[in-house]
Amino acid sequence: MKPGQIALVVALAAALVAPFVAYPVFLMTALCFALFAGAFNLLLGYAGLMSFGHAMFFGMAAYFFGHVVKAWGLPPELGLLAGVLGAAALGLVTGALAIRRQGIYFAMITLAFAQMVYFLCVQMPFTHGEDGLQGIDRRALLGGLIPITDDRHLYYVVLAIFLFGYFCIYRFIHSPFGQVLKAIRDNEPRAVSLGYEADRYKLLAFVLSAALSGLAGATKAMVLQFATLTDVSASQSGEVVLMALVGGLGTITGPIVGAFIIITMQNYLASFGEFVLVIQGAIFVVIVMAFRKGLVGEIADWWKSRRKAG
Amino acid sequence: MFDFLGIPPQALFGQMLLGLINGAFYAMLSLGLAVIFGMLNVINFAHGAQYMMGAFAAWLLLGILDIPFWASLVIAPILVGLFGIVLERLLLKRLYHLDHLYGFLLTFGLSLVIEGLFRWQWGSSGAPYPSPIPGGYNLGFMFLPTYRGFVVVAALVICLVTWYAIERTKLGAYLRAATENPTLVNAFGINVPRLITITYGAGVALAALAGVLAAPIQQVSALMGTNLVLVVFAVVVIGGMGSIMGSIVTGFGLGLVEGMTKVFYPPASNTVIFVVMAIVLLIKPAGLFGQTK
Repeated sequence: MKPGQIALVVALAAALVAPFVAYPVFLMTALCFALFAGAFNLLLGYAGLMSFGHAMFFGMAAYFFGHVVKAWGLPPELGLLAGVLGAAALGLVTGALAIRRQGIYFAMITLAFAQMVYFLCVQMPFTHGEDGLQGIDRRALLGGLIPITDDRHLYYVVLAIFLFGYFCIYRFIHSPFGQVLKAIRDNEPRAVSLGYEADRYKLLAFVLSAALSGLAGATKAMVLQFATLTDVSASQSGEVVLMALVGGLGTITGPIVGAFIIITMQNYLASFGEFVLVIQGAIFVVIVMAFRKGLVGEIADWWKSRRKAG
Repeated sequence: MFDFLGIPPQALFGQMLLGLINGAFYAMLSLGLAVIFGMLNVINFAHGAQYMMGAFAAWLLLGILDIPFWASLVIAPILVGLFGIVLERLLLKRLYHLDHLYGFLLTFGLSLVIEGLFRWQWGSSGAPYPSPIPGGYNLGFMFLPTYRGFVVVAALVICLVTWYAIERTKLGAYLRAATENPTLVNAFGINVPRLITITYGAGVALAALAGVLAAPIQQVSALMGTNLVLVVFAVVVIGGMGSIMGSIVTGFGLGLVEGMTKVFYPPASNTVIFVVMAIVLLIKPAGLFGQTK
């Protein structure tokens, strides 16, 4: 077996026993954010599109999940489906507009749309404004076959969702579609001259990323049983950027590492209150100034240079 | 008195004034963003935080040193501008050779740090700043608080002075030339890196000046800049950052649009600017005053 495969097997084994060692809710939250960061990274790392409004997909999907399960009393599978489809639809509309501009404007446009969605969430009745949706039931999956009221049971469901989501990301990146995306990222005029309709590829990547962010958001609502304005806020959008950045933009495992680091940090620093933002901001500054490749990226570089030297 | 579509003139003109005031801040902030972007190729996310710092500087100068508003109007922007210069020299300067994205991320991180520190020190609830010119005029069709009228006029003057400085003075000519081709301008013996530093300092000072003007109208609070800067980003996308005059017109215009929405359909007043942005992206993606490259 190659070292990469061994690492994968070890990681999977660790994921299976993890809930017996660590607090399951913490693990599930981290997995949701890892998937969210992975979806964001799919767009930035492989399509070169920097979205600063990804919280709108994550947060809206959480609301959709909550509404379907709580207000309509439908099973959680349909809630997840509603979250994914709703986020994808929102991604289609905002993405079609945002890809009309490039570079830094793209970031500003997505940020502005996310802020609009935030304002709408404050006003729309189904989100319950400042209160949010609370006490979303954990109803059994597959018509009662899989009960999820126990955190450990739910953990394996969340792990399966996470693995499915990440497998999708992996397949996208390693498909011909992913290759075209990278070509557009690196040299758009050239890709266009080869006959690829760049805008279509970008839009598809945007919608896929939105849908997977939606899956993460809906799953988060299933785990924590609430959906609030925090999930759609600009600071949430910033947080997912930070996770991807800490782990390493454009690496597959980076966002997972980054999400676990940031969620762990938030858990430990919760007592610092307002100061958590200062620390997060400082991490942003340090990483942008000194470690732009992120943890995984820097380690990979170090590994490569060591092998070259040896 | 006349009614317009069933809306009393008091409400109509009152909201129009409020819209103009908001527009004045949009114009001043988007102007600063455009000036900085033109020279540094960086979207200064910390613009809102620096606007907040301007308001806080005025509030602290009054509270601790008893320095009046009119002096703060000069001192606060200089202080915050110097802070901006330090940031540029220490951090931003090192990112110019990279993708624009990193400047955006850096200034985003900086705004988190700045706002977090202010929140930690002074909390999130606002502090009032006394109006330097209390009272107002009854114009018959509406009541005009003197200070608010002053803000609109002051903002117009500030915008026009900035426009003049960039489009009509020698320094402005250097600036525009350096935006076009920094290497060539450097070869002519003009210190371009210093020009860049000055530009950033001036843009930041402009944000702080807007903050000082806002202090007597809004509560001075750590979060006063955050939401504003997000709307200003939409304003910048709508106007396009290519033209100074374009930023000014778009800023005031969108303020008015927002004010009118508050009169005719209040629930949409928060979102109308973003809707305008979506429409502009559909019709003229480069922005109203932008050029497509």
